[in-house]
Amino acid sequence: MRIEHRPYTLIAELTYRCPLRCPYCSNPLDYAEQAGEIATDTWLRVFHEAEELGVVQLNLTGGEPLLREDLELLVEGASKLELYTNLITSGIPLTFERLARLRALGLKSVQVSIQSTRPSVSDRIAGSPSFDRKLEAMQWVTSLELPLTMNVVLHRDNISEIEDIIALAERVSADRVELANAQYLGWALRNRAALLPTRDQIERARTVAADARARLRGTMEVLFVTPDYYATYPKSCMEGWGRRFIVVNPEGLALPCHLAHTIPGLRFDNVTQRGLADIWHHSSGFNRFRGDGWLPDPCRSCDRRATDFGGCRCQAFHVTGDAGATDPACSLAPDHDYIESVRTQTSLTAGMPVLFEYRTGRGSCPR
Amino acid sequence: MSIATVTAKVRLSQKVRLRFDRRTGRDMLLYPERGLELNKTAMEIARLCTGEWTIDEIARHLAQIYVDVPPGEIKRQVHDFLDALAGRGLLREMP
Repeated sequence: MRIEHRPYTLIAELTYRCPLRCPYCSNPLDYAEQAGEIATDTWLRVFHEAEELGVVQLNLTGGEPLLREDLELLVEGASKLELYTNLITSGIPLTFERLARLRALGLKSVQVSIQSTRPSVSDRIAGSPSFDRKLEAMQWVTSLELPLTMNVVLHRDNISEIEDIIALAERVSADRVELANAQYLGWALRNRAALLPTRDQIERARTVAADARARLRGTMEVLFVTPDYYATYPKSCMEGWGRRFIVVNPEGLALPCHLAHTIPGLRFDNVTQRGLADIWHHSSGFNRFRGDGWLPDPCRSCDRRATDFGGCRCQAFHVTGDAGATDPACSLAPDHDYIESVRTQTSLTAGMPVLFEYRTGRGSCPR
Repeated sequence: MSIATVTAKVRLSQKVRLRFDRRTGRDMLLYPERGLELNKTAMEIARLCTGEWTIDEIARHLAQIYVDVPPGEIKRQVHDFLDALAGRGLLREMP
């Protein structure tokens, strides 16, 4: 029996361009080699097709979505479709006037990322002086009475600041703070030796976050995302392949996750060549890891198979070479010893300085 | 906000949008990057969070619709649902 899947969220990666160069960027390593960006009209058609499929949430992200000069037109179009439109941004380059305009056109919420509460550290991680402007952008968001999510990607160099991060989120009246440990794929995997925290760091941060969550219940949501390397079970990546989310990348590829096209051997379609509904329901890429027919052992007989869906396909591929394997982050996975060896290595090198490799390429500068 | 102590009138937070879902015929409650699919009762409760009614008044109103359900049970369900909303920052007391 074929299961009818409904997407709820469209993640529109409007561009891979970004003024920042964070060493854990979630864009693909070869983003700079990608073809151009799809046009305004194509995005507006994609929003319409997504809404017809059942999408109610729209995340405008990148790269840095503010670099799209047609952002106003996209927000306006989404608003006409009654999509709940979230802007996921570094806060740069933004002006108060532009944000007020986006709000008037129907923008519903803004997520701003900072890299650290210490300006010098934040600027070093971002690879660009940006902290003060981000702070200002967050204040604009709340002064316009838009709900603000403050996002911080956690890693070895900033995870000890967790109390200060939560305090800053309270100070800027954030609606939600995302304490999201880097996920070790793409650029973060390349920089893992410099980024992965130790178990002690993770446990301490988790406790601080849990205390803050209880204290701030109903006022500010405190979300803590554990890195897979310290989890017992894998994440339900994207809540399951092709179940809830559609990502459309800057060049128009429709994907189950933002890195799915980096897995060799899968075929994904471009929204300029095929309708979104057709892609969602019938494309081989979206159907490849749907349902549980494809599940390997030990997932196949595991009680958690409907909870985590075998975990992250990209991580399975990067560690085992087989995208159809159990996510090695799972303690029950045949390849879990790899994760354990990385953890051991991390505890041995804790405190040793390691250089970042910044994301680079022509895409890293605003054109 | 602890719902147990709330006697004021309540409304949905400003960030919340109720959106009628033509696939299910029910409302969805949307907020930043998230959403809840409401069942029929939850939808009726959410639609009454307009700032005009207290929690007890909302429960009494529903008791008039669901005459077969004991009022105590309705009150418990209203309370639990609104407490879950409050915990997510989706409900506000009127000043």
